[in-house]
Amino acid sequence: MNTWQIKNLFDVHGKETELNVEAGLFVDQFSQDAQPQTIDARGLTVIPGLVDLHTHLREPGREDAETVLTGAQAAVAGGYTAISAMPNTLPVADTAGVVEQVYRLGKLHQLCDVYPIGAVTVGQKGEQLAELTAMNQSEAKVRIFSDDGHCVADPLVMRRALEYVKLFDGVIAQHAQDPRLTENAQMNEGEVSSKLGLKGWPAVAEEAIIARDILLTEHVGSRLHVCHLTTAGGVELIRDAKKKGLNVTAEVTPHHLLLTDELAGSFDPVYKVNPPLRTNKDVAALRAGLADGTIDIVATDHAPHPQESKDCEWSAAAFGMLGLETAFSICYMTMVKNELMSLSELVDRMALRPAQIARYENQGEIRTGNRANFALVDLNSSWTVEPEQLKSKSKNTPFAGMELPAVIEKTFHNGALVFDRRG
Amino acid sequence: MSVVLNGAEIARALKRISHEILERNHGSSDLILLGIPTRGVAIAEQIASDISGIENSEIECGTLDITMYRDDLRLKPPRNLFPTRIPASGIDGKNVVLVDDVLYSGRTIRAALDALNEIGRPRTVQLAVLIDRGHRELPIRADYVGKNIPTSKNENVKVHISSVDGIDEVTIESDLK
Amino acid sequence: MKNLLSIDDLTKAEAIEILDTAVTLSNLSETGVKKFPTLRGRTVVNLFFEDSTRTRISFEAAAKRLSADVINFSAKGSSLSKGESLKDTAMTLQAMGADAVIIRHNSSGAAHRLASQKWIDGAVINAGDGTREHPTQALLDAFTIRRNLKNDQGDLKGLKVGIVGDILHSRVARSNVLLLSKLGAEVVLIAPPTLLPVGVDSWGTSVSYSFDEVIGDCDAVMMLRVQKERMEDLFFPTEREYSRAFGLTKDRIAMMKESAIVMHPGPMNRGLEISADSAESNKSVIVEQVANGVSVRMAVLYLLIGGATTRDLETHLGENK
Repeated sequence: MNTWQIKNLFDVHGKETELNVEAGLFVDQFSQDAQPQTIDARGLTVIPGLVDLHTHLREPGREDAETVLTGAQAAVAGGYTAISAMPNTLPVADTAGVVEQVYRLGKLHQLCDVYPIGAVTVGQKGEQLAELTAMNQSEAKVRIFSDDGHCVADPLVMRRALEYVKLFDGVIAQHAQDPRLTENAQMNEGEVSSKLGLKGWPAVAEEAIIARDILLTEHVGSRLHVCHLTTAGGVELIRDAKKKGLNVTAEVTPHHLLLTDELAGSFDPVYKVNPPLRTNKDVAALRAGLADGTIDIVATDHAPHPQESKDCEWSAAAFGMLGLETAFSICYMTMVKNELMSLSELVDRMALRPAQIARYENQGEIRTGNRANFALVDLNSSWTVEPEQLKSKSKNTPFAGMELPAVIEKTFHNGALVFDRRG
Repeated sequence: MSVVLNGAEIARALKRISHEILERNHGSSDLILLGIPTRGVAIAEQIASDISGIENSEIECGTLDITMYRDDLRLKPPRNLFPTRIPASGIDGKNVVLVDDVLYSGRTIRAALDALNEIGRPRTVQLAVLIDRGHRELPIRADYVGKNIPTSKNENVKVHISSVDGIDEVTIESDLK
Repeated sequence: MKNLLSIDDLTKAEAIEILDTAVTLSNLSETGVKKFPTLRGRTVVNLFFEDSTRTRISFEAAAKRLSADVINFSAKGSSLSKGESLKDTAMTLQAMGADAVIIRHNSSGAAHRLASQKWIDGAVINAGDGTREHPTQALLDAFTIRRNLKNDQGDLKGLKVGIVGDILHSRVARSNVLLLSKLGAEVVLIAPPTLLPVGVDSWGTSVSYSFDEVIGDCDAVMMLRVQKERMEDLFFPTEREYSRAFGLTKDRIAMMKESAIVMHPGPMNRGLEISADSAESNKSVIVEQVANGVSVRMAVLYLLIGGATTRDLETHLGENK
């Protein structure tokens, strides 16, 4: 079982290689009585299973949009073998009970590792700290806490949270959005919003919180992770914090690496997302930031919504877009095809670095003795995004109809073939 | 393409119509000419000028756009409207002579009668046309005709008026399919 | 033209065609012609998700003068207020065979959404969407300016129009900036910085924070309604302070050019953005704007559904099969 001999592969440096998996683990050589299934993977490249630190799985509460099962199916179709479930569910994942439920559902389905992220505050209300230690010590071993969807806006609450998670080497993943500067905000504030008459979500609302949180992190000596960075100014702030040697990490989403606020001109809410799509200048800064390591990782912010939440007028629509199944292709296109970084660097930002930030074990690298989490990708082929073909329960992809490079052919989790495009 | 009326013949025909209008209406008092755009307007102005010459007094002349009253509006993309100019004294109790270039199906004149109905109640409504080419689809006839030209339905009668087209002449073209 | 969603959708020639058509219609109604059979059998729906009596009755009058059947569908007391979606409403109207849907909605882009999603095949006319656009208001404003200052002819070259007040939240301002610029007029926006959108420098207009400095150069000043709630959102400190700096008063009227006109889309907040005597001064064409609104909306309806519509053409094609 789960013993494979995969031949004729390329590694992320383009070198020919072979991969041996026995009983779910990477091995150099098979034991004597091993009976591997052989795969001729001619033309394919092996990458470590991707690791997402920002996934909305909607279960419990909004199973019409996504479930742990469908989210995991989408994840493995995108080459991911570990995902991190954001806590903005119904009820909010702010107790050991809820995080364990999500964790167990992930275990049950055995498609990929599902790690719950805990809420920082009770009900994500930003007022009172949730029982962070209880969540950490639960079966789910939560290390990342976030009120994602909401900002931990109160500076005192944020300070306490940063301090408190030092207890167990935790990290606060901040959704940086000053609430007062973004009341009823609909899209990036700038030229396009001025013309469309949609209320603006200014870059400064993101940057002001990032700047404050960096200062707090420095002051209390903790770990901060900045979610979905979108602005050129935000990239600068992170760059400066890193220069100072602070323990600050940041993520960028695939959609913010490609799409801009001009798309709001269609008034199609599939482009409505929080934080919003920004300008070309921001996209360029994000790409440069990811390339030079200022931005540590790519995270999907995979946010499924049912049809009725998007099939309406812009202001009534929900924020968010799908990401898991298109992330690798979008990043490969924007970063590697554009020669901003190599494949191995990209894979590092989509697999190993996120695993390190989250302290996920057996993820992010192909290492002898580790559980075999990897994917096979055809870099020379392309595919067209058809929403109906996606595994996610929702169809709100902004990339519908786009032809993208890099096709995830097979994904293995703990040595089991959990996704096969041809099967 | 053949020319059926040249400039001199058109001028003669309109002069004759002017005399007939005066004769029928016992002079030019209470007489209003309303040209139907586009070429009916120029023809009405010519008749008005002829009548003024004969009678030695100005005669009232206006335009009546019938576009909004057409029965075939929905067969084509929207058409441009032309101005309607009704002399200040109005049409109530007057003898109104509608003037158009070609009388064909009669549908334009039906529309004109509807349009007129919205504006007031003339004592009589008469119709003057430069060309009557037959093929009526409605019970409408002209009171004054410059020239009757029997045509087939796949022929095209074109009236050219110098103020619009740079030349005065009437031609027939057969519609080569 | 299939829809009228944004001034951006119109070429300069099309905009002038609408104005010229409106002139013809307006002159006809002065001749005493009140009603045309042109839209007999056409169904026009007033779909108002936001209360606006004056815009609704203006469209209603325009449609009725063209003999259309008018259905008023307003959000209050209907299923709309019970959470029925725009899509379901649109599909209902589609089933009823609406030839034109005039939509007023508090969400920017709602009219675009209605038209682009193929939920309905009738013409969509934007009667105000959120803080985005209000194209027929801009057309009637341009008509009014042209009638008063250009003798109903051509474009608006050589004229300077000041738009004063809450530019940030004004769909009237957005449509007017697009249309007046298209027609060759120079536009100056006059407002406190808080009521100008970030990004306004890309609009191709000039901006002034001082009403007094520019009022003397304007051929028309368009006063925008200032909602009193804005004060609570910190856009300006007090009504008194706003009206001192940006209100149209008798003293400011005296600074205007002899030929200049005063406009307001209504409804007015007398005493806030405009004083009562300014609204009724001999420069005011505010009442005229209302009458012109009907002519302009008639022109728009005529040009959109007076001739063959896409649906008519499809029906004919169907018959020929």
